Amino acid sequence: MGQKLKLIKNKAGRMVPTIVNGVKSIPFKGIGKHSPNGVKAAPPIRTCQDFPSSGDKVVSSLKEALDKCNIKNGMTISNHHHFRNGDLVMNQVFDILAKMGKKKLRWFPSASFPCHEPMIKHMENGVISHIEGSMNGPLGKYASDGKMNGLAVLRSHGGRWQSVQDGEVHIDVAVIAAPTADPFGNCTGDRGPSACGLLGFGLVDSLYADKVIVVTDNLVDFPCIPWQIQGNNVDYVVVMDKIGDPDKIVSGTTLLTKSPDRLYIAELTAKFVQAAGIMKAGFSFQSGAGGTALAFAIYLKEMMIEAGIKARFIRGGSTKYLVEMLEEGLTDYILDGQTFDLEGVRSMRENSGHVNTSPFTSYNWHGKGNFASMLDAVVLGATEVDINFNANVVTHSDGQMLHGIGGWQNCLSSKCTILPIPSFRNRIPIIVDEVTTLVGPGELIDVIVTERGIAINPRREDLIKATKRSGLPLRRIEEIKGEVDDLVGAPLDKPIFSDEVVGVVKWVDGTVLDSIFKVNR
Amino acid sequence: MPKKNFTSGNPTTKSDFFVEFVPANSGGINIDIQSKTKVLHLSKLESTSQKSLTDLKIKHGKLSVFDNGGQYFVLQARIEAVIKAAHPGTINESLPLFNKHVHYKSARDRFRRSRLYLPGNQAKLMLNAGIHKPDAVILDLEDSVTPSEKDAARLIVRNALMTLDFFGAERMVRINQGKLGLKDLEAIVPHNVHLILVPKVENAKQLKAVDDKIQNIRKDCGRKEPVYLMPILESAKGILNSLEIAKASKNNVAIAIGLEDYTADIGVQRTNQGRESLFARSQVVNAARSAGIQAIDTVFSDVGDDEGLRSSVQEAKELGFDGKGCIHPRQIRPIHEEFAPTISEIEKAKKVVLAFDEAETKGLGVVSLGSKMIDPPVVKRALHTVELAISTKLLNKNWKKN
Repeated sequence: MGQKLKLIKNKAGRMVPTIVNGVKSIPFKGIGKHSPNGVKAAPPIRTCQDFPSSGDKVVSSLKEALDKCNIKNGMTISNHHHFRNGDLVMNQVFDILAKMGKKKLRWFPSASFPCHEPMIKHMENGVISHIEGSMNGPLGKYASDGKMNGLAVLRSHGGRWQSVQDGEVHIDVAVIAAPTADPFGNCTGDRGPSACGLLGFGLVDSLYADKVIVVTDNLVDFPCIPWQIQGNNVDYVVVMDKIGDPDKIVSGTTLLTKSPDRLYIAELTAKFVQAAGIMKAGFSFQSGAGGTALAFAIYLKEMMIEAGIKARFIRGGSTKYLVEMLEEGLTDYILDGQTFDLEGVRSMRENSGHVNTSPFTSYNWHGKGNFASMLDAVVLGATEVDINFNANVVTHSDGQMLHGIGGWQNCLSSKCTILPIPSFRNRIPIIVDEVTTLVGPGELIDVIVTERGIAINPRREDLIKATKRSGLPLRRIEEIKGEVDDLVGAPLDKPIFSDEVVGVVKWVDGTVLDSIFKVNR
Repeated sequence: MPKKNFTSGNPTTKSDFFVEFVPANSGGINIDIQSKTKVLHLSKLESTSQKSLTDLKIKHGKLSVFDNGGQYFVLQARIEAVIKAAHPGTINESLPLFNKHVHYKSARDRFRRSRLYLPGNQAKLMLNAGIHKPDAVILDLEDSVTPSEKDAARLIVRNALMTLDFFGAERMVRINQGKLGLKDLEAIVPHNVHLILVPKVENAKQLKAVDDKIQNIRKDCGRKEPVYLMPILESAKGILNSLEIAKASKNNVAIAIGLEDYTADIGVQRTNQGRESLFARSQVVNAARSAGIQAIDTVFSDVGDDEGLRSSVQEAKELGFDGKGCIHPRQIRPIHEEFAPTISEIEKAKKVVLAFDEAETKGLGVVSLGSKMIDPPVVKRALHTVELAISTKLLNKNWKKN
């Protein structure tokens, strides 16, 4: 249910609850203002003599493994989302838990997808109390409509790791789907019929959960080499016929956008990176797998070849386009967080320059540094951006919560954060007066690239100066907004929100950045 | 009497509207709106629908609007189309607000290297067309619009001309042939069009009829700016009469050739080599030159074939054409690049222009370069080349100072 909660105004000026799903929460204090101390959470002590000395942890079925975990009502079950929309394991896990009569479980995936729609029935019959994790599609809509029993807690990939370390979320049982594993529980994502590349999103689960179940459809003799997750953290290994639908885990080929407008935006973005002096020998960048981001990488690649410039590293999500850059010597390394296509999986398996990473190395708040802030440029998407450069990725302008945060928030700490976005989508303006939900504070967002021009955040005087004579179509964000408003018929209606909170957006440090309210229809 | 319904659009077309109107003699207005974006757009959908009915002086009937995310000027056009179908006597129009900033002038001799065809009933393709910087956009009412969409397209194009910024591109409209074309003119000429493309012109008389109609409409609506004309020659007859057509109106700024219909007319297959149309193309270039206007080549229709396009443009340039039609924004850049002058052409042109300047300053009647006399057409060509080089950034606009 949506909840009527006591709300206070945080430093970003957004109204947020101080108690989230029964846990005391800290309102956002400002960028870099929250530095907690104390000791990180830790898993319980376990002793090797309690595990088979043969190293064989295989049990007969998923049910047996779940039985052995001694799951109680109200516990937290987690999983990684490397199988994306092709996951065949988690629906089975909750079907079994439902049959076992378990109630009020918290599901803590790193993300959920449309294939997890059956979880709605488990929320309706009380098996799952609520989901904390990115929700894409029908589950997002369900939570948005205020039908979920607890609040949706939306965290970044780094924030998920932080929440476990802070003891905010204690994982009781982690279920790790593994494309290849050995009986000891060592496992990897880079090979096997359900290969997904890497298993980085499940690493924190393997380290901190009380119980860890590895589920595979490709059991190999010990040792499974390479091991991305160590069997020393694993309790049980389950072998199933099929754990994933390969077509939906990674795409056979990643498709570039054909839209001339998106291609133009991608090209402008690449030209900006060059004009701003970011594209120089030994630089680094990250761009996602969306059509525009892929096209950006291709344009940038051409410019790099022409200028004889090589990158030191590129952060993935990897695709065949990044792999080509690695193989053609345009970068020394791909530091990869997830693989989006079969070429990415192959490259990770075969190329020592294609390295698997995790949210700990890349994004973690409680690490002694992370990779994200070292990146020279990141190229990200958004559902909305406002005239103060604040951005939204989780809700649409109609208030519906439809997307997860992913690594998006974490990436904002790069040296130059660029959002290439169309200025309107289907008569909905993307540049607005104020974002529906604040997910990224404007002080971290440097450049907006639209088909109608490039807006640089006035805070970035250095970028403005560097690109002043570039010939690029630099404009004020208000100017672009005005033009698009004319086109879409603004002023438009605004969604009317109730005072019921259905979800919260966490900042990367664990504080509460914004609330998502139920929309009154 | 059974109630008859009048419709415009297609319920499944994205970024568009499907509008249905059932006229009535009493009972007032009933508006039903179906939209997936009601949360944001309901008020505007209602007020726009209501405004259109008021503009058109409709007092009774049921209007159903199925919104698939189209532009509001499209909604107005589709409502006007169904109302005019239901009440053929309606003379009122439902015009969108004229965005003054989308108005800019054109010029007789401006570049017309690329002209991007946009189907007149597909506004979504028009929205960002200007961003890709074609020299011209053609909002097409002729071949790309099916007969059932002709009436709506005419109004959509009219409204688009008033509403959309094409960022400096010349605003062209290709009208239909014959009577339908004259009807197109009535809707279009008063509203911010630069140039009318007249399809399948075969003789001077046809073109004059269009020109006369335009002058009458201009007088009626008080339009001061000229409306330029570009006849398209698409038949053997048209080609053979190209000179009289090119000279038929002082408003002609270019003549174009359309090869799909031309090759069909002379009974041959259109090939990539284009030997079958060499005569016709050369004829068009010569007619245009002798009338002092531009010659524009046909479209290259294989959007995926970048190399084919480039060699086709090179050939067009060699034959003497000034521009080429395109059907996709990605064709614009290759066309501009291939029409750009070569380095040696620029260097030659610079020398001629400097010699011309010198002759002007010295008050000499004859321009000469070294021992060679330069004829006026060569000077004109050189000035054009320099201008083209500056526009394609191959030459600094202050080159004379450097």
